[in-house]
Amino acid sequence: MSMKILTVDDSRTMRDMLRLALTAAGFDVVQAIDGVDGLDVLERENPEIVITDINMPKMDGFGFIEGARKIERFRVVPILVLTTESDPDKKQRARGAGATGWIVKPFDPVKLVDVIRRVAA
Amino acid sequence: MDPMQAIRETFFQECEEQLGELETGLLSMQEGAADDETVNAVFRAVHSIKGGAGAFKLDRLVKFAHVFETTLDKIRTGQLAPAPALMKTMLRAADVLADLVAVSRDGGAFDDNRSNELIAELSGHSGAPQAEPQASEEMPEANPFAALGWEPVTLEIGPELKEYVIGFRPKPELYAKGNETTRLMRELSRLGSLSVHCEIADVPLLANLEPEQSYLSWRATLRSDQDLATVQAVFEFVDGDCHLDIEAVDSTHLPELPALEIAPEVEAEESAPDPVAEAKVAASATPEPPKTVASAPETRAPREPAKAEAGGAGAAAQNTIRVDLDRVDRLINLVGELVINQAMLTQRVLEAGAVKNASISTGLEDLEHLTRDIQESVMAIRAQPVRPLFQRMSRIVREIADATGKNVRLKTEGEGAEVDRTVIERLADPLTHMIRNAVDHGLERPEARIAAGKPPQGEVRLSAAHRSGRVVIEIADDGRGIDRSKVKAIAIKKGLIPADALLSDVEIDNLLFLPGFSTAETVSNISGRGVGMDVVKRSIQALGGRISITTRVGHGSTFSLSLPLTLAVLDGMVVKVADQTLVVPLNAILETMKPKSGEVYGLGPDSQVIGIRGGFTPLIDVGYELGFRAHRADPMSGVTLLIETEGGMRSALMVDAIQDQRQVVIKSLEANYGHVDGIAAATILGDGRIALILDTDAVVHRSSGRSASSEMLLAG
Repeated sequence: MSMKILTVDDSRTMRDMLRLALTAAGFDVVQAIDGVDGLDVLERENPEIVITDINMPKMDGFGFIEGARKIERFRVVPILVLTTESDPDKKQRARGAGATGWIVKPFDPVKLVDVIRRVAA
Repeated sequence: MDPMQAIRETFFQECEEQLGELETGLLSMQEGAADDETVNAVFRAVHSIKGGAGAFKLDRLVKFAHVFETTLDKIRTGQLAPAPALMKTMLRAADVLADLVAVSRDGGAFDDNRSNELIAELSGHSGAPQAEPQASEEMPEANPFAALGWEPVTLEIGPELKEYVIGFRPKPELYAKGNETTRLMRELSRLGSLSVHCEIADVPLLANLEPEQSYLSWRATLRSDQDLATVQAVFEFVDGDCHLDIEAVDSTHLPELPALEIAPEVEAEESAPDPVAEAKVAASATPEPPKTVASAPETRAPREPAKAEAGGAGAAAQNTIRVDLDRVDRLINLVGELVINQAMLTQRVLEAGAVKNASISTGLEDLEHLTRDIQESVMAIRAQPVRPLFQRMSRIVREIADATGKNVRLKTEGEGAEVDRTVIERLADPLTHMIRNAVDHGLERPEARIAAGKPPQGEVRLSAAHRSGRVVIEIADDGRGIDRSKVKAIAIKKGLIPADALLSDVEIDNLLFLPGFSTAETVSNISGRGVGMDVVKRSIQALGGRISITTRVGHGSTFSLSLPLTLAVLDGMVVKVADQTLVVPLNAILETMKPKSGEVYGLGPDSQVIGIRGGFTPLIDVGYELGFRAHRADPMSGVTLLIETEGGMRSALMVDAIQDQRQVVIKSLEANYGHVDGIAAATILGDGRIALILDTDAVVHRSSGRSASSEMLLAG
């Protein structure tokens, strides 16, 4: 059984890139297009790892992480934020919301998988 | 296709959508609607473009988007007000961004001065220095560690082993964020050889144990050739959520000694009695990466008109599929066959003598409705909203308004109307031209408008609506309207009509569509680029469309385009010519008539003209022209179709009889047989017979090639 990863991003380009990099590394990928959709897919698909963008319509990444952490079975699921923002404020806000770690865009597929393996059980 | 190439295409497709959003958002901000939702959407659009551009290493695009984004962020956070001057700059920046996207996609030259100028302007507004994006964002390829969010010290120190003693005590917050000591230790073990000891002294008695508290601490000894920064980076995600103490022990002179001997306290702890508390993680314990490549379903969304609505209901990302256009076309073709087949079946049943109310007739009627529904649904797959096309026009309006010193507002309506993708693609040029015309020729300058009692700001209205199975696109301006006496005078001066021609208002308006007509006294380099409305008309006709003008002097003009929703079917007139059945595209036919004796004149041995309302029009016998018969038929015995061809010329086509008027499914002749001059395509009629669809332009062209006399006899 390959590990299931949920990617939450409003950009189709990013979703496609993540899918490409992650499926090539052997992960199973499910997708969502914003925070609201993300919470929905999260409950339905029970992913083992979550990667989320920050800037999204409807519900941003911070809201999504807070929402996910309120669900009992996702309290300790690794959630990585994926964003172009490398400034420390954004990272700290994401961590405050409960993010496990972060990946800075644009990502190198190899490094992406490395970061995921770092937090994967 | 190479998957990266496919993603690249998705990226540019998405860029188009984002640019549309950007434009729409900026325009509503300009009109004073700078609410959070709008500003955020605008910010996200630029942000997404930057993000994707970074992934494809489109540095120029990243750099520009970054400065743009910085300014937008200032507005978003309220540090900067969206004043009119700033909004103007941003709209121009959106244009430059669009150009940069286009250049990145298609290649070609780009004047860096343009972007630099705007970067300076934007930075001027936002008060920021001309900030370069941070290195980690700007040059991902130069820094492979960017994904980790830190800068490694790149000192080449060789394979010398160093020793680190790491004291680690997690706080409860660490676990609350989904981090795990085990994973951190596993990460450390990848850097070299590791021994780990757990300190359990703080663990309380079971009765006092708080499940959410953190009681354990660890001491790890790592022997590695990695530098301190690399070791620290392992704890990057838990910084602040633990007590961490990393000490580098200089062990270069003791490379052979086992870890136990340099760290006696570790040795002492190693003899701790509780084996559960001891976690020894070796590199070999690293789990194998899963090998099976998951065959996740393809869930890309090529176009999502309903994206916003579908988002909340579930994964819109998973509700759309991307299908090859060829497959859709094949399906459309097959459904076309189905429609023909159904018509044939109905006809046969009726021929076999079934009565109207027989149950088989009812069944056939149901079948007919079903096939129509299927056909419409299938056609809808190729349909796309005109929104992106309309969004592009606002830029055209802006540019031309700037160039002509006019104050113009573009109002769009019905952007959701859907039309065949190919129709949309081929509509861009004619629409651009008409919009340019509307601003350049239609609208007056602000002073002239005020003098005429109108508001100084002119309005161009672009609308789309579905009307009786077609889409009608209107370009209306509230300008001065067409000065008919001037139009007529120009047409006479240019020899397009005889000086004594008697023309109705509509006929005068239609003179604009004649080749070589330009109302601007000096040909401006904006709308008068050597192409006139005749080219516009030709491209609309090539799409099976019609164009018309209505105008009110002093109140403005409206150009109205009526277009088919699809190119797969055609409205045609079924005619009989020398025992052959032909289909004439309905959009080419102006009127039909029965010639009377005395109206047809011979003009040399090989050509005839027909007198229509005081003018003469070349008369072409279709049967003779296509070689169905050796001699001309008597014009009085047939029916004449007055058609309009390329360049607004009129000709009369003579056929033997009109049989029907119906929608036919177009079958390519080139794909199935080969090109035949004078024939555009073929179709299959309800009775199973094949009918050729006439290419009226080609027929007229063939004919006039032989008798060059017709041009001078243009009738109004």
